Amino acid sequence: MRTMKRAHPGHALNRMRLMGLMKKEAYQIVRDPSSIAIAFVLPVILLILFGYGVSLDAEHVPVAIVVEHPGSETASFVAGFRESRYFRPVIMRTIQAAENALMHRDVDGIVWLRGNFARDMRAPGPASIGVIVNGVNANQARIIEGYVTGVWSKWQERIAPGQGRPLKVPVTVEQRIWFNPEMRSRNFLVPGLIAIIMTLIGALLTAMVVAREWERGTMEALMVTPVRTQEILLGKIIPYFVLGMGGMALSVGMAVWVFDVPFRGSYLVLFATAGLFLLTSLAMGLFISVVAKNQFVAGQIAIIATFLPAFILSGFLFDIGSMPKAVQLITHIIAARYFVSILQTLFLAGDVWAVVAWNSLALGIMCIFFLLLVRKRMKKRLE
Amino acid sequence: MLRRIIALMIKEIIAIVADPKSRMVLIGPPIIQLMVFGYAATFDLEHVPYAVYNEDRGQASRDLLARLEGSPNFNLVARVARDGEVRPLIDDRKAMAVVHVGPLFTEELLRGRTGSLQVVVDGRNSNTAMIVLNYIRTIVADFNQGWSQAHGQGSAPADLRIRFWFNPNLDSRWFIIPGLVALLTLVVSLLLTALSVAREREAGTFDQMLATPLRPVEILVGKALPGFVIGAIEATFILVMAMIWFQVPFRGTFFPLYLGLFMFLLSSVGAGLMISSLSVTQQQALLGTFLFLVPAIILSGFATPIANMPQAVQYLTYLNPLRYFLIIVRSVFLEASSFEILWNLYWPMAVIGTATLIIAGWLFRRRMY
Repeated sequence: MRTMKRAHPGHALNRMRLMGLMKKEAYQIVRDPSSIAIAFVLPVILLILFGYGVSLDAEHVPVAIVVEHPGSETASFVAGFRESRYFRPVIMRTIQAAENALMHRDVDGIVWLRGNFARDMRAPGPASIGVIVNGVNANQARIIEGYVTGVWSKWQERIAPGQGRPLKVPVTVEQRIWFNPEMRSRNFLVPGLIAIIMTLIGALLTAMVVAREWERGTMEALMVTPVRTQEILLGKIIPYFVLGMGGMALSVGMAVWVFDVPFRGSYLVLFATAGLFLLTSLAMGLFISVVAKNQFVAGQIAIIATFLPAFILSGFLFDIGSMPKAVQLITHIIAARYFVSILQTLFLAGDVWAVVAWNSLALGIMCIFFLLLVRKRMKKRLE
Repeated sequence: MLRRIIALMIKEIIAIVADPKSRMVLIGPPIIQLMVFGYAATFDLEHVPYAVYNEDRGQASRDLLARLEGSPNFNLVARVARDGEVRPLIDDRKAMAVVHVGPLFTEELLRGRTGSLQVVVDGRNSNTAMIVLNYIRTIVADFNQGWSQAHGQGSAPADLRIRFWFNPNLDSRWFIIPGLVALLTLVVSLLLTALSVAREREAGTFDQMLATPLRPVEILVGKALPGFVIGAIEATFILVMAMIWFQVPFRGTFFPLYLGLFMFLLSSVGAGLMISSLSVTQQQALLGTFLFLVPAIILSGFATPIANMPQAVQYLTYLNPLRYFLIIVRSVFLEASSFEILWNLYWPMAVIGTATLIIAGWLFRRRMY
C-alpha cells in the first residue's frame, strides 16, 4: 500500500479515476437489472404487502356470548356487541359450547350472562358478567379487554336512567391522543416499514457486490491498478446510493398517497436524514461483504444481521423503553432504530429538532464508523 | 440408493461444518438472537415515562396520582406547572403521557359530581398509546371503586369479571418466545438449503455431481436432509431454552409439537431447495431467500395478528408454512392442544413441502438434460 501511495502522489481522490469506477459500476447495474429491481420494484411490492398486512387494529373479533336466560336485560347488553364494529358476536346457550369454541380458536373470547343475570340486576348489589379472553396473544387480549370494557360502560350509561339509580362515576378519563387521534396503527407502522425496507435494500444492494468481486478475484485486479481504496469505496457507494434514494422517494410517495399517512415535517429534512440512513446501511452492507469475502457467508450475515434486528429491535413495533437495559444498549447499534424514530416523528409530529438532531447525530457517527472500518479492512487485506 | 444418499448427506454436512465461517453463522446467531429477541420482543410496557400537571390542591387528586406513581408500569419524569410545558415534553419524547388534574377536582368529587382526569398521550405509536391508556383506566377504575365505597355512592348495575385463559398475567413473552422457536427454525433451515445448490452451480461442482451415478431424486434428498437434521437439532435447542431459560410453561405433549416441526421443516427445506434450484447465481438465491423470508415472517402472525389483515392478504398467508407452525407451537405450549384440535394445521404444510420438493426435483432434472 505504502509503495503504491508513493508511486501515485497527489490528491486523495482523483476525479477521473472515480468517474471511471462509477461508470463501470453503473454498467454493471444496468446490465444486470436485478439491482434496479431491488431498488425500485422491491420497495413497492413490500410496502403494499406489509402496509396493508401489518395492522394492530383488531376489528370484528369473534366472541361467544352465552345467554342462559334470554330477556330484555340480556338483549340490551348483547345489542351493544352487535352494534360495535370491533366484535362479531355469536350467541350460545351454554358455557360448555362457548368454552369448546374457545379451545378450537373459533372465538377469541367469551362473555357469560348467567341465568340469574336479570334477577341480580334488580337486586341491590351489582350483577356480575363473566368474561374469558384467550390470553395467548397477550397484546390482542389486552385490546379485546379494552373493547369489552368500552361496550360495557356504554351499556351502563344507556340503561342507568331506567334503572332508577343514576350512574355515578367519580372520575372519568378524558383522553387526547396527539399526532394520531383516531389511533390508526397504519400511521406509525408504514413509516416504520419504510425504515425496515430501506435497511433491507441497502444491505442487499451492497452486501453481495464486494463479496462477489473478492470471490471472482476482480477485487485483487482492481487493487493493483492505481485506484485508491477510498475511490473504490466511493465508486461502489455513489451509484447504489442514487439507486437507493430513488427507492426511498417511491416509498415515501406511497406512504403519503396510497396509505394516507399524514406527513407533517419538511421534505428537506426527510431526504437529508434518509440519505444519511441509506449511506449508513450501504456502509454496513459493504462492511459485511468485506468481512465475509464470500457471497455465501455475506448473504447469510446480511439476512441475520439486518432484517430481523431491524424488525424487532428498532422500536418499529416493540417499545424500546420497555426492554431490559442490556437489550436497550444493543439497540443503539441498530441503524434502523434512529431512522424509525426520525420517520415516525417527521410523518406524525413534524420537524421536532430534539428528536431529529440526536438521531441524525447517532446515524452520522455510525456511518463514519462503518466507512472507516471498511477502509481499514480493505487495506489490511492487501498487505 | 440409501448408501449414496447417506454419502451425499455426509458430504453436505461436512461442507457446512468444516467451513468455520458457515459454522459460526449456524451456531452463534440463533443463540444470540434468541437471547436478545426473547428479551426485546414484548408488548408489555414498563416504566412508561409520564409527567404530572396538577392544579388541584385537594386530597383526592393526591390519592389518585399516588396510585399512578406507585405503579411499576409508570415512571414520573417531570412535574408541570404551566400549559405550555406539556407540548415540548411530548414532542421531544421525554414523556409518553401527561396527566392533567384541573383546579376543582377534589371539590367536584366531594360534591358528588364527576371529576375528570385529562390524559395527553403521544400517539406516534398508537399501540403503545392504547396500552398506556388502558393502564391509566385500570388505575382510575380501582380509584373509583375505592371512592364509591368510602363515600357510600351507589354501585354500578353490573360489573365485569375478566379472566384470561392460558396466560393469566398477559405476559407477552409467553406469546413471542414460542413464536421465536418457529421463526429461528425457519431462518436456519432456509439459509442452509437455499444457497446450497446455487453455490455449487456457481463453483461448477453441481455439473460434476450430475455426472455421477446419483439420480436427481437422490441429490434432492441428500441436499434436503442436512437442513432437516440441523434444523431439528436447533429447534430442539431453542425449545429447551424457551422452557428452561425463559420459563414459558410447556403444557402440551411432544407428539403434536414434533409432528408439526417435521412438517414445518419439510415445507421450509422444500421452499429453500426450490429457491436454490430456480437461481443460477448465489446473488439470485440470496435475493430469493429474502423475498421468501421477509414476507413469510411479517405476514405470519408472529407479531401482528392475521385476523387484522385484509381478506386478500389473509388468503396469501395460507401459502406461508410459518403461519401454521406458529399456531401449533403456541397452542402446544400454552393451551396444551392435542393432535385432534390441531390436525387441520398439519396437512397444509405437508402439501407445501411436497409441492415445493417436487418442483425443486423437476428443476434439477430439467437442468440435467
